[in-house]
Amino acid sequence: MAELTYREAVAAGIAQEMRRDDRVVFLGEDVAAAGGVFKATVGLLDEFGPVRVRDTPISEQAILGAAMGAAMTGLRPIAEIMFSDFLAVCWDLVANEIAKSRYMTNGQLECPLVIRTANGGGSRFGAQHSQSVENWAMAVPGIKVVAPSNAADVKGLLAAAVRDPDPVLFFEHKSLYATKGEVPDDDHVDALGTAKVLRQGDDVTIVALAAMVPRAVAAAEILAAEHGISATVVDVRSLVPLDTQTILSEVVRTGRLVTVEENPRLCGWGAEIASIVADECFYDLDGPLIRITTPHIPLPSADHLEDLAMPSVTRIVETIRTRID
Amino acid sequence: MATKKKSPASARANDDLGEETRIALFRSQTEIRQVEQKAYDLFLQNLIKGTSHLALGHEAVAAGFGVAMRPDDYSFCTYRGHHHTLARGASMTGVLGELMGRDCGLLRGKGGSMHLTSAEHGVMGSYAIIGAHLPIAAGAAWSAQYRGTEQVAVCFFGDGTTNIGAFHEALNMAAVWKLPVIFVCENNLYMEYTPIKDVTAVENPAGDRAASYGLEKIVIDGNDADEVYRTAQAALARARAGDGPSLIECLTYRHSGHSRADPGAYRPEGELEEWLKRDPVPTYRARLIEFGIAEDALAGIEAEVKDAVEAAVKTAVASPPPGDDLLAADVWADGGAAWRN
Repeated sequence: MAELTYREAVAAGIAQEMRRDDRVVFLGEDVAAAGGVFKATVGLLDEFGPVRVRDTPISEQAILGAAMGAAMTGLRPIAEIMFSDFLAVCWDLVANEIAKSRYMTNGQLECPLVIRTANGGGSRFGAQHSQSVENWAMAVPGIKVVAPSNAADVKGLLAAAVRDPDPVLFFEHKSLYATKGEVPDDDHVDALGTAKVLRQGDDVTIVALAAMVPRAVAAAEILAAEHGISATVVDVRSLVPLDTQTILSEVVRTGRLVTVEENPRLCGWGAEIASIVADECFYDLDGPLIRITTPHIPLPSADHLEDLAMPSVTRIVETIRTRID
Repeated sequence: MATKKKSPASARANDDLGEETRIALFRSQTEIRQVEQKAYDLFLQNLIKGTSHLALGHEAVAAGFGVAMRPDDYSFCTYRGHHHTLARGASMTGVLGELMGRDCGLLRGKGGSMHLTSAEHGVMGSYAIIGAHLPIAAGAAWSAQYRGTEQVAVCFFGDGTTNIGAFHEALNMAAVWKLPVIFVCENNLYMEYTPIKDVTAVENPAGDRAASYGLEKIVIDGNDADEVYRTAQAALARARAGDGPSLIECLTYRHSGHSRADPGAYRPEGELEEWLKRDPVPTYRARLIEFGIAEDALAGIEAEVKDAVEAAVKTAVASPPPGDDLLAADVWADGGAAWRN
């Protein structure tokens, strides 16, 4: 074990996989010589050289197209889209091509690739560099969707994504890059499609993703210490495949569900989970399903307004306290 | 085997390809022509549903590349891709069966006319979103370069594609990375229903853009299979030698409308008739006769192809629809469609 930042865990995960498998190649804007605009890929060019670690032009369609063409002909590419907002300029490749090629061709073509991207708000970057777009991806059949909340999960889930035979959209949260955690040194591979119970309580199950996970944990601690409410916190980690068994069993045990979502309100991932819970364990519920989200607005830039928009520890505590008392 | 008559002097001057290659070019064009005509008939009989974009008139481009390419080279096609798929050796039964939504189709009915794929023949998909496959072809070329296989990716597209961003992104990256990829524009004068010249800033939609990427302007007669074949050979050799991509504009004309729904009424009177005088298939046939190949040998090939098309139709019509189990198959590599546990 070593203490790494979330951003160091990105480079550690990629390096681990590139050492293991020479089919793994990595491309993106400013990823090689500059080590990434978030410094998440520092050192990869030095270790693996310019043939395997490639700087690209600002051409997101070319980046994902190159990754797809390489994946279907025997390589295992990792492509970086610098900000997840930029997925909108290459969404054709994600939604129409990468996600559909296996199905449309009756399994003739495969697309084992990983798209890494910096997702989420909290950096005061304004509405075009701050979005949480995991729900866009979740709506497209054929692509797996992962969003780690801590450094160990970054390394383990990234390794799992590289080894997965299906395309994976890997959302790193830009406000978590500086956070630190213990990360296994050795060959560390986690499992996609598994949620984690971070904390167990009896009164309510809080389900959160990425940067909302540490906020949910902090809120649960306050609820316990100050309000006598005992909360479970589930880190979803992977939206597709979705570990519904872990979520459902915790909701059945506590009788209540609260989702904490950074995405704007409509069609957020929590709505899907709420729908599954309502459908499959309605009679185990002790109260309404509660979704805490960013309002259905573009994210503003000013720190005061951005903080007001995103679910905060205080909002999570207050919502749960007032609605389940 | 075709028997040779004495070639006239004018023909011999042009006779660098050899009879075997020319017969292959003739056979490929004949196959495409007859399959596409049959596809049109099957539409009228309502045996082919949905839409389809016929390549009648474009045969020489597909045949010229198909004959020139190595079996392990990659093709990337568009929604107008029946001809490119057939030209790499995919079966007529597989193509027509796919158009008809039958279990014997190349994709067992899951893709349809616009997505013909035959990976075993190097046909790495037909893409129905304009421009999308140019970067993907560049990626396959990048992979070939990385693996050191000397394979080449050939990417076919229409004139309309030259005005979308992905075209320019792919050309630039392919040129910078010196990728073994050939971008082949079939300029048939119309982007869907609109004359390409009305919506494009340059005369040659692909050729005049080549300089932007440091590439040579190459504009050829896309109705002449020999010219396409020679151009393809040169570009393939360049790509295999590590000298990078080529952008080739092939001037051609589609004899039918854009798709099943389009009668092509926007075309000026007499234009189709003028182009039919340069119809690639009969023109090539006449050239082979001029070269001394016996007429009955060519008629024999045409009869063989006709029989093969009829047999393919018979097999496809008899083939059942795809089984219900295919509906949720192959979303994922595990063969299924599960998104939760």
